[in-house]
Amino acid sequence: MKNCEYQQIDPRALSVSPLSVQNHAEKKVQRPRRKWEVFPGKNRFFCDGRLILARQNGVLPLTLGLIIVTSGLFFAFDCPFLVKHLTVFIPVIGGVLFVFVVTSLLRTSFTDPGILPRATADEAADIERQIDSSGSSTYRPPPRTKEILINQQVVKLKYCFTCKMFRPPRTSHCSLCDNCVERFDHHCPWVGNCVGKRNYRYFYSFIISLSFLTSFIFGCVITHITLRSQTVASNLTTNEDIKGSWSSKRGAEESGNPYSYNNIITNCCATLCGPMPPSLIDRRGFHLPDEVIPVASASELELPPFTPKSDANMCTRGTKDVLEKMLHSSDFHGMCPSGIQKTTPLVQEVPRAPATAATSLSSGCSRQLANQAVVDPCPPFSKSNRRDSLHSINPAFRLASPSPTLNRSMPVLGDGRDIGFIPQH
Amino acid sequence: MAETHSLQDMRQQAAVAAKVFIQRDYTNGTMCQFQTKFPSELETKIDKQQFEETIRTLNNLYAEAEKLGSQSFIEGCLACLTAYTVFLCMETHYEKVLKKIAKYIQEQNDKIYAPRGLLLTDPIERGLRVIEITIYEDRSFTR
Repeated sequence: MKNCEYQQIDPRALSVSPLSVQNHAEKKVQRPRRKWEVFPGKNRFFCDGRLILARQNGVLPLTLGLIIVTSGLFFAFDCPFLVKHLTVFIPVIGGVLFVFVVTSLLRTSFTDPGILPRATADEAADIERQIDSSGSSTYRPPPRTKEILINQQVVKLKYCFTCKMFRPPRTSHCSLCDNCVERFDHHCPWVGNCVGKRNYRYFYSFIISLSFLTSFIFGCVITHITLRSQTVASNLTTNEDIKGSWSSKRGAEESGNPYSYNNIITNCCATLCGPMPPSLIDRRGFHLPDEVIPVASASELELPPFTPKSDANMCTRGTKDVLEKMLHSSDFHGMCPSGIQKTTPLVQEVPRAPATAATSLSSGCSRQLANQAVVDPCPPFSKSNRRDSLHSINPAFRLASPSPTLNRSMPVLGDGRDIGFIPQH
Repeated sequence: MAETHSLQDMRQQAAVAAKVFIQRDYTNGTMCQFQTKFPSELETKIDKQQFEETIRTLNNLYAEAEKLGSQSFIEGCLACLTAYTVFLCMETHYEKVLKKIAKYIQEQNDKIYAPRGLLLTDPIERGLRVIEITIYEDRSFTR
């Protein structure tokens, strides 16, 4: 964009050369080439000359990558938490700063820093002539410097051999880009370009906005950690904190967190250094498809006579399943009538609890439905459950902590079959 | 249009005799100013006053372009606040003045320099280093 002014004026109309007459016809046939295509310096051009970059663009992709990744992580992780706890303006401010940083960076990188075009052949010849005429008559070539007065101060201008001209004051030749740059500051590898007269302001605003963005993200991260530490220090969960379960707004006089030790250090120690509870889900235990969820430590808990009907049903179903599995192992599958026949006498031996099971059995081949339902409903009493998984061999023939009533029925069930029970106690 | 046509004709017909380069004047700092010293090659071609007038006007125009005025300040602040996107739709003050300079040089060429077999090149074409004045052989033109 900034280079447009160089291209607006048609070179054929104004510039003159001794060969212009001859080349005129040739040029009409050729596509006129843009100046960037024949630019002598070590630069790369994009968008048909609108954007310029040093050939050695250093670590510009790294710079961009670092900024985008850090900001991305900030928006993904810090912002949701802080929006809930503080204000919705946090991602807004962060977003504005991020946009500023990226645009300043891209502007710095892709703007011409103030490159001086090299002298034309005629110019260079004229300067040489001037030097020769004003130089000394010694054998060695005179030093290529020119002294001038700037605001009553003597300044030496150096001659640039690459660009064939006397460099204006504050201009320096960048060896990486092979260009003379006006008011040359430095060649910045992070930005992938020289910093000079034309892009110094973008560079400066990049640095400033990056500092703001970095401190803003840092501040937000510290706030995030502090807020989370507060929940640790007061022995709260984040969920409780957000809901205000124990906050004084609920009407209590003080924060009535019943779980707090009322001492910050103790709270921290309890959360961070307290005893490590074991995992309860036994991820590496083997899954057994027909595993009976133990009917239970009814024995342990001494199942009261007036258990709720649903519990009894569940337990009943467990028992029923055991009975059915036994039958399946010795009988053919799906032989309904024989199954029922065989089970009924057995069931009759077992008092009370399986009575309902008998009725459900007799109602038809509801076996399949019962089988399906059996695994879930029986309440898993934790200790025995764990023991089951460790010690089960053939769950169909085992009852974990069987009830006293079932214990008595065991020999009946074992009638005429090669069945082994492993009573659990 | 007619003036351009005549200039091109002149260039096609005439041969370049010499080129004179007016260098930058740094006595007031790095501002874009050109030396007003009258070059010896032009003594027979053009009036000294005329030449100095042209250079002085150009110097004033460049000074206006680089002036730290309120307009440039507002423009700078606005650009900064909009993350420089405002320049996608608006041209800078400097660019506006450069257009004015280009028009002035064209006008000077048509009125004063071309009839004398001279051609002023816009300094922007030479990176604001020099004002190039091309002297054509006096063949096809009469005063």
